Amino acid sequence: MQYDVIIVGGGIIAAALAESLALAGASVLVLEAQNAGAGVSAAGMGHLVVLDDNPAELALARDGLERWQRRRAVLPAGAEYRECGTLWLARDGEELAEAERKQARNRTLGLDCKLLGRAALYAAEPNLAPGFAGGLLRPDEAVLYPPAACSWLLANAQALGARLLEHCPVAELAEGGVRCADGREFRARAVVLAAGTASPELLPGLPLKPRKGQLAITERYPDLVRHQLVELGYIKRAHAATGDSVAFNVQPRATGQILIGSSRENEDTGAELNWPLLGEMLELAGSMLPALRQCRILRAWTGLRPATPDGLPLLGPVPGRTGLWLATGHEGLGITTALSSAALLAAQILGRKPELDPAPYWPQRFHQLSGSALHA
Amino acid sequence: MPEAVIAELPIRLNGETVRVPAGITVAAALALAGQQALRLSVKGAPRGPLCGMGVCFECRVTIDGRRHERACQRLVADQMEILTHD
Repeated sequence: MQYDVIIVGGGIIAAALAESLALAGASVLVLEAQNAGAGVSAAGMGHLVVLDDNPAELALARDGLERWQRRRAVLPAGAEYRECGTLWLARDGEELAEAERKQARNRTLGLDCKLLGRAALYAAEPNLAPGFAGGLLRPDEAVLYPPAACSWLLANAQALGARLLEHCPVAELAEGGVRCADGREFRARAVVLAAGTASPELLPGLPLKPRKGQLAITERYPDLVRHQLVELGYIKRAHAATGDSVAFNVQPRATGQILIGSSRENEDTGAELNWPLLGEMLELAGSMLPALRQCRILRAWTGLRPATPDGLPLLGPVPGRTGLWLATGHEGLGITTALSSAALLAAQILGRKPELDPAPYWPQRFHQLSGSALHA
Repeated sequence: MPEAVIAELPIRLNGETVRVPAGITVAAALALAGQQALRLSVKGAPRGPLCGMGVCFECRVTIDGRRHERACQRLVADQMEILTHD
């Protein structure tokens, strides 16, 4: 049988895309090498956040957040959607001035936000260490549990007729279809590579590098933290050009557990924990939220974010390869932008006009993808 | 023959003072006080001591303000504050 679209990968981007395409009446086959949603989709925090440092990133994240918000009522309870808001913390006057600039930018964009002075900040988060100058609250941002959201999207797609094959690694992207490791071949008019950090194995030369991160989760400590807390210094720490870094990023889960992040490593691509870096991350978290030092950590783990050189995802056709599309490279914003990425790409695959301008995310912006380098 | 004298000490259990034998574990003290369920699981099911040796983490209670202490791994102490279902 010939499918309309084969999606290689079964993470949240693939799942959302499968749902969008199936909803439009397309026949869809999803091929997942291992367990759907168990890769980078399961490793992250599930923080739905709109970062405003780049117009294209902002547009996709904002559309993504709004799509999650609109579907909030129909999400399953297991997806643990909680509108806890994001609270950006300012440690000093300089960061508070940045919070004010961020507030002005957000207001121009029509994004709801509230500047908190010292007293309001401590009323909102009484367990913070002393010494913070204030904060900026983005009240409508949320958190969810990505593996459950991913399963839900896939189940929706399947209910609309999409087919999911797990434990079916793809060995080769052929003309007009794919060949699986077990020898099976499937044909489709369009093939979408959405395999996260595994994507370059099928398309060598793809400008995509894994950026490793670590998280830890505690036992249940209800009310210790109320908002997703991020330091305003996050961007400068997290996007430092080279080297390993940690940033303060703490999230209250629906269960009362506390998720503690975050870290970035550019060279290490193994699954093992980096204990010294984990120590630095926890030390930073403890310095900002001293009560955390009394908390029992249940589990710590790593994940590999699929990162592009310019921080924007690869969403669009592969130049010179008829019928081959990319949907990967979301780094840390794949959960936030899953629904917007899916809508954007599905429209293009189906020959419709997308709601957002698709050009900033097209793969052809990279010279590796603009010429003949990837031709089979 | 006179009965052996067992030293007792007071602990505070969910706000009430009870006297328990010195040298026993918190889990044993809670059993003597008739408390079987010590906490609720994330889905609301009652949980209590199972392995009695610090492995299963089912007997967690709050001791002196510290949450998630294993009752089977702590000995009672004078005026120890114990909260179940916290």
